[in-house]
Order: sequence, then C-alpha cells, then structure tokens
Amino acid sequence: MKDPITPNQHEETTVQFTGAEILIKCLHAENVKYVFGYPGGAVLNIYDAIYQQDKFEHILVRHEQAALHAADAYSRSTGEVGVALVTSGPGATNAVTGIATAYMDSIPMVVISGQVPTYAIGEDAFQECDTVGITRPCVKHNFLIKDINDIAPVMKKAFHVAATGRPGPVLVDIPKDITATLNRFEYPQKVEMRSYNPIIKGHAGQIKKALKLLAEAKRPMIYTGGGVVLGNASAELTQFIQSMGFPTTSTLMGLGGYPSTDKQSLGMLGMHGTYEANMAMQECDVLLAVGARFDDRVIGNPEHFLSRPRTIIHIDIDPSSISKRVKIDVPIVGDVKSVLTDLNALIKEEKPAQNTAALADWMKQIEAWRGKRFSDFALDDKLIKPQQVIKTLYEVTKGEAFITSDVGQHQMWAAQYYPFDKPRRWINSGGLGTMGVGLPYAMGVQLAHPEAQVACITGEASIQMCIQELSTCKQYNLPIKVITLNNRYMGMVRQWQEFFYENRYSESYMNALPDFIKLAEAYGHVGMRITDPADVEDALKEAFSPKLKDRMVFMDFITDQTENVFPMVPNGKGLSEMITGKNG
Amino acid sequence: MRHIISILMENEPGALSRVAGLFSARGYNIESLTVATTEDPTLSRMTIVTSGNDAIIEQIIKQLNKLIDVVKVLDLNDGKHIERELMLIKVKASNTYRDEMKRMCDIFRGRIIDVTDGSFTIELTGSGHKLDAFIESLDKSAILETVRTGASGIGRGDRILKL
Ligand SMILES: Cc1ncc(C[n+]2csc(CCOP(=O)(O)OP(=O)(O)O)c2C)c(N)n1
Ligand SMILES: [Mg+2]
Repeated sequence: MKDPITPNQHEETTVQFTGAEILIKCLHAENVKYVFGYPGGAVLNIYDAIYQQDKFEHILVRHEQAALHAADAYSRSTGEVGVALVTSGPGATNAVTGIATAYMDSIPMVVISGQVPTYAIGEDAFQECDTVGITRPCVKHNFLIKDINDIAPVMKKAFHVAATGRPGPVLVDIPKDITATLNRFEYPQKVEMRSYNPIIKGHAGQIKKALKLLAEAKRPMIYTGGGVVLGNASAELTQFIQSMGFPTTSTLMGLGGYPSTDKQSLGMLGMHGTYEANMAMQECDVLLAVGARFDDRVIGNPEHFLSRPRTIIHIDIDPSSISKRVKIDVPIVGDVKSVLTDLNALIKEEKPAQNTAALADWMKQIEAWRGKRFSDFALDDKLIKPQQVIKTLYEVTKGEAFITSDVGQHQMWAAQYYPFDKPRRWINSGGLGTMGVGLPYAMGVQLAHPEAQVACITGEASIQMCIQELSTCKQYNLPIKVITLNNRYMGMVRQWQEFFYENRYSESYMNALPDFIKLAEAYGHVGMRITDPADVEDALKEAFSPKLKDRMVFMDFITDQTENVFPMVPNGKGLSEMITGKNG
Repeated sequence: MRHIISILMENEPGALSRVAGLFSARGYNIESLTVATTEDPTLSRMTIVTSGNDAIIEQIIKQLNKLIDVVKVLDLNDGKHIERELMLIKVKASNTYRDEMKRMCDIFRGRIIDVTDGSFTIELTGSGHKLDAFIESLDKSAILETVRTGASGIGRGDRILKL
C-alpha cells in the first residue's frame, strides 16, 4: 500500500498535511512502533490518518486504562517511550489511572488525547472535559495545542521531556478542528527549553567524598531503586558493587538492576523485604542510595530509621528526591549511569584502601541474618502454597521470563520468589499500586518481545479489573500465561484485617467468582485449573510447552487462603521491627 | 518561618495553575501569590509568600524548579531584599472624618486617589506590616473596602533574578 502520508523527499516541505497527518508524521519521526489506543469522535481525524499509514501498528484495547498500562509496560520493558491515544471526555478520564500509575513510577510516555474543537472549549460540549486540568497533578508535563503550527514542536518537546531527566508521562491534548487544519510539516531537529535542563553529570567533589566514606566504612550498604533500571545503569552498578565487595539490596522497583541470585544481593528490602536486607539497612554505618527515594514502604517509620546513626549518600537525577523524607549527608545530583561510571573510574584510579577486616565481619553478620532463612516455606500436600507456584514458575522458565504482576500478596510473592538477574524483566506498579495492571502490562511486554516468555502473576480480584483485555490478547495472538493465585480473598486486604483489625474481614472476600476456565475459553484461550500441589509443576510445564507456545493460557491456581506475606514491617514501625511469620 | 520566593516562569497558559496546584497537592501553604509579565513578554514573574521550616522550604524550591515551565527560582530570604505590597482602601470621609483621614493618610505616606462627598480611596504601598498598621490605626467602622495585592519582592543590589 502506498502510504499517502509519506510523500517524496522534495515534496516534504511544500505539501500541506492535515493536523492529524502531521501528528502521525511526528510519531514516525520518533520511530514509534506501537500506539495503544481507542477511537472516538474527537480523534476520528487521527484514526483516519492512522488507517492510511503502516509505519506503526495500532493496538486496539478494550478499555482506555489498558491502553495506558500497555504503553507503560512497553516502555518499562524496552526503555523506549510508550505511546497511547485516547478520545476526549470519557476516553481521557478512563486514561487517568494509567497516567497516574506511570507517573508514580517515572515511566516515559506520550499520551495523546482528543479534545473538542477549539471554538467549543469551555461550553460544556459533548464529551468535553478539562483533560489538561484533570491530568496536571499526574503528568510530568502537559500541553493543550491551540495552533496547528504547534503540533510538531510540541510533539518534539513531549518526547524529549518524557524521556530525559527523571522520566514521566507527558500528555498532549489536541482539539478536533486542529487535526483537520492544513499546514506544512517540518519536524524540529532538536529541542531547546530554557526552563528545562536536567543535570546529568554528578559533582566530582561529591563523588570523591562518597567514595572515601564508602571505602572507610565498617558496615557499608548499597540500596538501589527503580532509577537504576530507568537509567540503564545495571552494568555500572554491578561493576561498582563487585569491585567493592559491598552487600546490596533493592526496592520493589529496582529488582533486576543487580543480579538477584548473586551472593552480594540481599534481595528486596522494605515492608515485605528479606530479614537480612532490612537488618542490614538498619545496622549499616554508611549507606549509598542509588536511584531510590526512601519511601514509606521502603524504610518504614523514618524516625525509627534515623534513630541509628549512619552517613547517607544519595545519587539521584531528581534534586527533589534528595532530603525529602530523610536528611542526606552527601547528595549527588545526576544521572545514575553517569555518576556510577565516574565512581567506577575513580575506584580504578585511586584504588582506595578498604576496611577489609571490618567488611569481613559485616558480611559475616549478614550471613548470620540470612542463615535464619525466614524466606523458607513449607509445602503442603493438600493445599497449593502460593510461594510454591512462583518458585516452580521460576524453575520452569529458568528465570528468563518477563514477569508482570498485579497488586496484592501475589505481587509480593512474585517479587520474593522469582529472583531477577536482569533489568526490565519485572514489570509492576510500585508507586501507585494499581490493581488491574497485570494483564495489560503483559500485552505491552509481549508485543515488545514477541519471542519471550511472558507471565502475568495475578490474583482473582486484580485480574477482574482489566479482564476485558483477554479479548485484545486474542486479537493480537499474544501468548501470555496468566498465573492466577486464587485465594478467594483480596489477600493483602485480608492480611491487614487479620493483623490489625482482629480478623474482621470487611468486604475482602471475593464472592461469586466466575469460572475462569470457561471465561478464558469464551475469549478463545486455554484455561487450566490446578488444585493439587502435586500438579503445579506439570501444569506449568504444559503451559510453557511448545504445544501451547502460541496460545494464551489462563491458569487458575486454587491456593491456600490463609497464607500471609512475611516478613512484614507493620505500618509505622521500623525496618528492624519485622513480623517474621511462621519461621520466626 | 515566613519566606518570600520569587519565580521566573514561561508566560504560558496554565503556568499559574501548575504552581498553585503544586502548593495544594503537597500541602504547602500560600500566604499570598502575585504574578505578572516581565519586561520580556515571554516571561512571568511570580512572588509567593509562604512559610515552613528549612526542610519544607528546601522542598518547595526543589519542587518549583521541577515544574517544566519554571525557569528560575530564588528564595529572597537567602539574602537582603525589599518587599512591597499595594493596598487600595476606601474609607468614610464624611465631614467628621475628613480631616482625620487626610492626616492618617499623610502620616503613612499614602495618596488619596479618588474623592467623593462621603469617601476617600487611599493608595498605600509598603511592607505587609505597614499596611496592617494602617488598618489597625483606623476606626474599623470607617473602613468601607480594602484590596491588597500581596507582596512583591526583589533582591537588593546585585541580587538579580534574570535569565
Ligand atoms: C485499583 C485498586 N483498588 C484497590 C486497591 C487496594 N488493594 C490492594 S491489594 C488488594 C487485594 C488484591 O486482591 P487479589 O488481586 O486477589 O490479590 P491477593 O492479595 O489475594 O494476592 C486491594 C483491594 C488497589 N491496590 N488498587
Ligand atoms: Mg486474592
């Protein structure tokens, strides 16, 4: 098919295009491969232009929220900017949860929303809403285009702002009349914004100071976050940690930034972190935070955390993340990859003498904590333990799968029992904690990595929040494996009610569940129900077998309803005040 | 502590609501906020009077800098500065009050900018304290209406907030 939106080179600057065509050409210029969206009145011109091009594929979701999540996961798993397109009014409001989810985890996205025509704005026109106003608190930036001449420069800025500095979603609201107006097309070569110049290079003096403190530390500790993954700094981080021999822990968002199966990794820290990671965080004397933000689920009660004296060094691209919840002694503002590169170079150059005897004692202490083996769990011969499912999934997929998850207990078990050795393999909503992301996340990941194994670990409550996307998975033949840990409870809610509300299980019971097997089949997929612990491994092997390689498989694991996630730092408590569960 | 923060920002629609939204979303308080374009019509200058401990003020400055439309931020309290506010106050100026009002206005270096049989409108500039003091010194029942701009601030001498 001849693509009418791409004329010959010499026509390029004289030919007139509609605003919709210009918008599409901007997406082409940005090498966009997928646009996740849903049509409607205000974006009909844009959809007409999409129909007449074949440089990117449009993925038609079944609910705008899923378009945002899928674009978000596309970005999380590739590092590229995700793109979503929705119509005005309800299209835009449906997108808000997805935008806020991406915003909280700093995911680069460009969201295009249709708007009523410029002359109708403010008149309560059909499907009008103040999209720029509604999304303002949950975007990195947003634009309302009021002039056809602004489309190309605004799109250029949108992609630039989304991807640079601390990344985030940028929304571009385009009134319908502008998408029909004619203009020439010229895509700006570069962006210059006097008001926006993220700092990349870390301060050399601060880096020197940090290295001295770390080398002299008796009980050093590294704490890494999502910034390492977003900043593509895994290799630099790994080199740094291995050259210094330090112990390291990661937040939920940073998993995979350092190989989880390496002995220097203490696993995840925080509310459901490992005993050894939380103890080491609390007891260390010099702490280096890399691309992490000391949030409430990570350090627990900040006063308790600060009750132990320690020196804190913090590398982050966002100055406002530094000293927000915890006072930082040595701040280093800059891109984590750049700062870690400088740090590694400095180590080579200075070969700083380390306090090896103290470090050896410290590692011994950490091994003693690890030796308590609080993460071990006992199998049951009647009930499937959720941890068993995750651990078996890890074995069956050889730890190579992309794992998305929803929000709840299953998410924590996934993070605890599926160790990630590579970045961008673990895709979940950490900041906003949005139930419903799992399936659309898996769609974005599977499209980005067609040959990879993609599993969505979910709960019977979460999966129902975007279940309609089973239809999208059929349309695009996405062979995702859905692993439902079906405990017939909003397990995480039930756990809190058990511990903090004397077992009053208020509205946390999932009654009247659908038959997921029939549901999966109705959508054209394969359904499996697994009730016997002895069948877990074979079922997973079958789901991932060549026979079902091209099929979506919905696996409904009926699990032990009473299982809780341990360790647990109760709300408001300190990191070392964990409830360690049955083994503790 | 009370701080006066000066912001230089792109003169874009929505820029003001980004700043106001930031303050409400993060629970920072605003005592006053004034904004107008500068000699360069593409830039607006805003003065915000806020209060908070050092950690909060540090966060406010960082969060403001993070807004894409914000070009520069200066905490005027970091150095010597001047603060001025304009008040228009309409007071009763019937026979009994007339001389008294004129005298008060002179003492505070105000200007009478509108006169009717029964009222004066006085223009007064100064620090917020001075304007407060003027209001305090008047008989409450003589005040018909007041309107204040909120503080504008500028650094002294070489302290210049410019591109
Ligand atoms: C959209 C949304 N609504 C509510 C919550 C609060 N919430 C957190 S976990 C959870 C229960 C999740 O249940 P399920 O998906 O079955 O997972 P489980 O905890 O049982 O593994 C709820 C309701 C949320 N995170 N997101
Ligand atoms: Mg459940």
